[in-house]
Amino acid sequence: MSLLECRSVCKTFGALTALDNAHLEVNHHEFHGLIGPNGSGKTTLLKCVAGAEIATSGTITLSGADITEQPPTERAHAGLSMKFQITAVLQQLSVYDNVLLALQSRESWMRLMLSRSRHTLHARVMQTLERFKLADRPDELAGYLSHGQQQWLEIAMALACEPTLLLLDEPTAGMSPQERRATGELLAPIKQHCSLLIVEHDLNFIKEICDTLTVLDQGQVVASGRTRAVQEDARVKEAYLSHV
Amino acid sequence: MSNTSAQARLAIPIVESVLLVAAVLLPLVLDEFWILFTTRVFILGLIALSFDLVWGYAGIMSFGQALFFGMAGYSAALIATKLEITSVFVIVPAAALVGLFVSFLMAALVILGKRQPSMVFIALGTLTGSYVVERLARGWSYVGGQNGIPSLPRLTAGTFEISEGPVFYYMALAILALVYIALRMLTRSQFGLVLAGLRQQESRIAFLGYRTQNYKGITFCLSGLIAGIAGGLYGFHEGYIGPGQLGPVLSTQVVLYTLFGGAGTLIGSILGVGLIDLFSFYLSQLWDTGWPIVLGLLLLVVVMFRPTGLIGFVVSDRERAGFFGRPGKTGSERRS
Repeated sequence: MSLLECRSVCKTFGALTALDNAHLEVNHHEFHGLIGPNGSGKTTLLKCVAGAEIATSGTITLSGADITEQPPTERAHAGLSMKFQITAVLQQLSVYDNVLLALQSRESWMRLMLSRSRHTLHARVMQTLERFKLADRPDELAGYLSHGQQQWLEIAMALACEPTLLLLDEPTAGMSPQERRATGELLAPIKQHCSLLIVEHDLNFIKEICDTLTVLDQGQVVASGRTRAVQEDARVKEAYLSHV
Repeated sequence: MSNTSAQARLAIPIVESVLLVAAVLLPLVLDEFWILFTTRVFILGLIALSFDLVWGYAGIMSFGQALFFGMAGYSAALIATKLEITSVFVIVPAAALVGLFVSFLMAALVILGKRQPSMVFIALGTLTGSYVVERLARGWSYVGGQNGIPSLPRLTAGTFEISEGPVFYYMALAILALVYIALRMLTRSQFGLVLAGLRQQESRIAFLGYRTQNYKGITFCLSGLIAGIAGGLYGFHEGYIGPGQLGPVLSTQVVLYTLFGGAGTLIGSILGVGLIDLFSFYLSQLWDTGWPIVLGLLLLVVVMFRPTGLIGFVVSDRERAGFFGRPGKTGSERRS
């Protein structure tokens, strides 16, 4: 059984059809890329999976459980975690507190009120910050970080929730080539414990890290399969790759 | 700890310490009138704290604080007049429970619904609740109608009668200090971190897995409990509780106290109460009919040009953002 299955997902906004009968499967411990030209419905599909949008029709299942109409909070509890296209770190909180906020999200409100897990989570927060090269500025407000560092911080927050499926919407947008390379290196080890569904315009980045690809065009799936095979698909070349 | 971090944490504790020492020593130099005045500031400081908790920390715009305050005040007055129980150990907890219960009912209506409520919905919902209950109280003879419940007996502690003056002053100060310390601990706890997240980006917090409406509901109920304590004390200090203590006028006044002093700092809301009541008193001496115009303009200037309130002059943005769950020193701090 696949980890994530989207079956015949449609999403309309008034007269606009953003997704038209889209199918998508992501397996356990798989990095899956979602590509397509601007306006092809990539982000809409990702939002339908995360719960930021509710699909007009079709079903979305995670580990066999139907999550099509569940709110984002319940999807997060089911194992989904998302990094948004527009960086959504909490700018007026410190870097440390952003990560702590993500790490403590499964604690009960009573334990949080008594700060029961403050000491036990400290080491994990620092490990996460070390891993994402942010350990030298834990007290700095997140809003003062560079764009690339804010992207890393948000990925760190998304991973801190220990998801089974991580959704990344253009994680390398606005990053320098060095930062993109570093982002790829940061993501590679997570395959051991979670899958990845990533929307990204940088095809080289996608080719480097993804096992499988789905190509969307005008809300429809043009091709889906192993990365190399999809790259060679004539329909894909015509719809997308040849224009890049 | 780095110098900047240490400095960033410094202003609020200094202001708190200075005010606490001043509050403890003031009765030694103040006359009867000013002791009564300052006691009222402490009691209204409690309701201002309750608003600061919901607005300054959780981002909930409540215009219903007077509802919790007044309902608790009326309940305490009825317990004293109908049941002839005046023990402070009964009255204050009972008032707190009434505030908690009423705020829970209000939260069930405006916060804990199936859909996430907007800020406007909560503001209008609480305002409406406050208005409706005030109107009901004005028309209900059992609670004195327009006149409210006058001539309340004095609170007692065993056989000791707590009369208005230095004794009531220190009791109100002790309760304010206890509530303040509890709120300081809460807002700096891991729970407080969730509230800070809620205030900044509620949708982001939901994607992390937090059930945001529950957190808002809990915070709202705690604020009701604090407003209830204030309401219970107020009637006995003033010797009277009336419909005006239930309605939108007091609710709005509480909002102004906090915005003027500085939301999200706790101490700012208490400063706001003291300064606004002091300005009101002196302005009314100078211009007995037009003083609200001057006060209104002053508040407008502060809210427009100093959104962080008066406390914003001494408290840095970093200190307002807060320091939450980090125990001890991190690697970077050890190196510095």
